Amino acid sequence: MVSHYDLSRTFEIKGRDFSKAGYVSINIKEILRELGIDPVIVRRVAIASYEAEMNVVMYASKGEMALKLNPKVIQITLEDEGPGIENIDMAMQEGYTTATDEIREMGFGAGMGLPNIKKNADVFELKSTVGKGTSYNIVIYLNSKGNV
Amino acid sequence: MTLKEAIERLGLHVLTSEEVGDAKVTGGYTCDLLSNVMANCKTGNLWITMQTHQNVLAVAKLKDLAGIIFVNSRQPDEETIQKANEEHVTVLNTDESAFSISGQLYQLLKEP
Ligand SMILES: Nc1ncnc2c1ncn2[C@@H]1O[C@H](COP(=O)(O)OP(=O)(O)O)[C@@H](O)[C@H]1O
Ligand SMILES: [Mg+2]
Repeated sequence: MVSHYDLSRTFEIKGRDFSKAGYVSINIKEILRELGIDPVIVRRVAIASYEAEMNVVMYASKGEMALKLNPKVIQITLEDEGPGIENIDMAMQEGYTTATDEIREMGFGAGMGLPNIKKNADVFELKSTVGKGTSYNIVIYLNSKGNV
Repeated sequence: MTLKEAIERLGLHVLTSEEVGDAKVTGGYTCDLLSNVMANCKTGNLWITMQTHQNVLAVAKLKDLAGIIFVNSRQPDEETIQKANEEHVTVLNTDESAFSISGQLYQLLKEP
């Protein structure tokens, strides 16, 4: 029998569409909650996936997020088509942002997204090709406590 | 303290149409930066903010917040209210400032 824990789903994210922003992450959170995953883990996944999703909405044209789950790990991967990131070390720094004033007025663009993903993930890999896009690999172990 | 009691005691206006349940208010968090709220707000908190656009709703859902309080009589647009109703997020407002309503909620939650 295939365990209900072995799961793989993909979700589309539209760039610059603030009306749907966050709903892929809500979807993922509901799936994890229904499976009875530890709420502490679910909260960490929710923070990481939300920040990754919002970065597609704010900076890219479109993206695809995938959720993979087995009894040991939750993996979220994200591939987007967009401008990419020139300097990843700089982007990872707290407070660094290229968000426009308009976006900042909405309360986004505090430059805390990537640092918060790093804090909540056990593994966080970010790769990017300028002019093409960015990919995120986020892994959270089901038995881990994270760095928070 | 239930959400219902908190609303009564603080004189908050309920902007959504769904009846307010007996969900427990576990605390409050005052901030206008969404990433900061995502990182630090706790389950069951009341979120006090001046951000009234619809993106606050996803944050409230992801963090299982008790509700959102818009300060200084700020009124969200119809679309936000409608979405809040669909998503079962309790949206409130107050004539008070963020400073004042945070202080009042803090006192209220300290009551034995
Ligand atoms: N998917 C992405 N595509 C292009 N640029 C990105 C992407 N994700 C992050 N960035 C860049 O990294 C910066 C820092 O991101 P983040 O830490 O989430 O903070 P913020 O979104 O508040 O700016 C962004 O301002 C942006 O320049
Ligand atoms: Mg971000």
